[in-house]
Amino acid sequence: MKQIIDFTIIEKLAFQRAALLRLHPVETFPETSLPEICGGQFVNVRVDGCDKAYLRRPISIHDVDYQNNTIDLLIQEKHEGTKTLCALPVGAKLNIVLPLGNGFTMPEKDDNVLLIGGGIGIAPLLFFAKTIHDNIQGRDAIHHVSFLLGGRTKDDLMLLDRFRSVGDVFITTNDGSMGEKGFVTDHSLWNTMKINKIYACGPMPMMKAVAKVAREKGIWCEVSLENQMACGIGACLCCVENTKEGNLCVCKEGPVFNIERLLW
Amino acid sequence: MVKTEIKLKGLTLKNPVMTASGTFGYGEEYSDFVDLSELGGIIVKGTTLHHREGNPYPRMAETPMGMLNCVGLQNKGVDYFIETIYPRIKDFETNVIVNVSGSNIDDYVTAAAKIDALDNIPVIELNVSCPNVKQGGMAFGVTCSGIEQVTKAVREVYHKHLMVKLSPNVTNIAEIALAAEAAGADSVSLINTLLGMAIDAETRKPILSMVTGGLSGACVKPVALRMVWQVAKAVKIPVIGLGGISSATDAIEFLLAGASAIQIGTANFIDPAISGKVAKGIVEYCEKHGVKDVNELVGGLIVG
Repeated sequence: MKQIIDFTIIEKLAFQRAALLRLHPVETFPETSLPEICGGQFVNVRVDGCDKAYLRRPISIHDVDYQNNTIDLLIQEKHEGTKTLCALPVGAKLNIVLPLGNGFTMPEKDDNVLLIGGGIGIAPLLFFAKTIHDNIQGRDAIHHVSFLLGGRTKDDLMLLDRFRSVGDVFITTNDGSMGEKGFVTDHSLWNTMKINKIYACGPMPMMKAVAKVAREKGIWCEVSLENQMACGIGACLCCVENTKEGNLCVCKEGPVFNIERLLW
Repeated sequence: MVKTEIKLKGLTLKNPVMTASGTFGYGEEYSDFVDLSELGGIIVKGTTLHHREGNPYPRMAETPMGMLNCVGLQNKGVDYFIETIYPRIKDFETNVIVNVSGSNIDDYVTAAAKIDALDNIPVIELNVSCPNVKQGGMAFGVTCSGIEQVTKAVREVYHKHLMVKLSPNVTNIAEIALAAEAAGADSVSLINTLLGMAIDAETRKPILSMVTGGLSGACVKPVALRMVWQVAKAVKIPVIGLGGISSATDAIEFLLAGASAIQIGTANFIDPAISGKVAKGIVEYCEKHGVKDVNELVGGLIVG
């Protein structure tokens, strides 16, 4: 069930043009507990105190800790709204609608999974990888989940230790400042790794390039889109993606789509 | 106990709060956030005779205190609505109102007649004011003869409450409202979106796929309020006010300007629970001000 919850920022990590916010529901009695969340779902955050942000900002869910009742959001400063969010201090309150969207499809137990993130598109992959682990308990899951993370420079690649704790991490940067030089689709792992399922989130050109490689190699592939939204719950029909089934709301029918449904 | 019931011809609203077409889906999208039975009515997504894919993406541009959209009436057509959606929503404990749009008179008439046959739809809101569809929609709503023509034609086949939604993109909205009244409208709702535009200075391109779109949100409220006031003075039929309403206070202002009921639109995007809050807030206002019946507020503006 979707909820509107007031959160407090209890921890914050600031990066060059991004911030990691750890959120806990505002103290109430009885305590508000988090709804069930799937990897790849997102939240819609109200931006208070920014006259350039009338609408909420959809942000993917980076991590969830049910035990401590927290969610982590990794937010990139893009325009005024996200800049305001990234500038918030610990202790600030955020009004959030969650969880929204469909989320990624859980792989089969013996699938070799490659999670590809470009820029801030790395954000939803961490929690999804953790849910894959939970789903294949009793196996050496870490060797079946790999991340391929791409950035323009090494500054775009944040929180790598978090990713390394749940899977092998491969990196490309456009300037070669970390990992292999080039785009994610240029990485040498494509020649060696056995992959059954690809999940990708990042800039449109990256996802299109990944979809092309997946098609060529005949690999099942899901991508997470970020078309501009207004309502976030499938009411306004603003964020549509033109698919083989017609215009579908990215916020409700997505944000995750199998590439076979898309026209690109 | 404050009396909140509003009686319009052929229908009773349990309170003056409805949700505006195109901002509330089919109600289902909001059922996690709002108890629909606490609303006077919900007006579902614009429905046309035939399936419409709507306009290409991008369909939205954020503006100061508002947004532009050019969705273009994406919907699966009236038959799909009747077969698939109506059975799911017909038993909501609120008035379920269908917004009907078309690109020619025959389409309006055929769609309206089909909805006339549905027992649990007590009203249609005739959309003669969508600014995002070529040939039609707004074309009917911007001239007295256009609105008269389409209202009259639908009136002949539609036997329940006929609400006509007016465009603000006109020189004299009171004249348009009078034309709708003369042609048989039971009420008028206003305002639909204001035609606007957004440009990306970096790329020198329009932000919306259709170049222009409809402006809504808090920024349009003063214009809407003025138009509701002008129309309420001109017509005898009830006026339903909408345009930027984001709080109970906003809603009260529209009632004072002469609206018998109100609709909440874009504010649903910012707070999906806002419609229920406005319904409660209106009661609180009445209690605070010793108003025993919400109807006392309608047209209660004190000028001078």
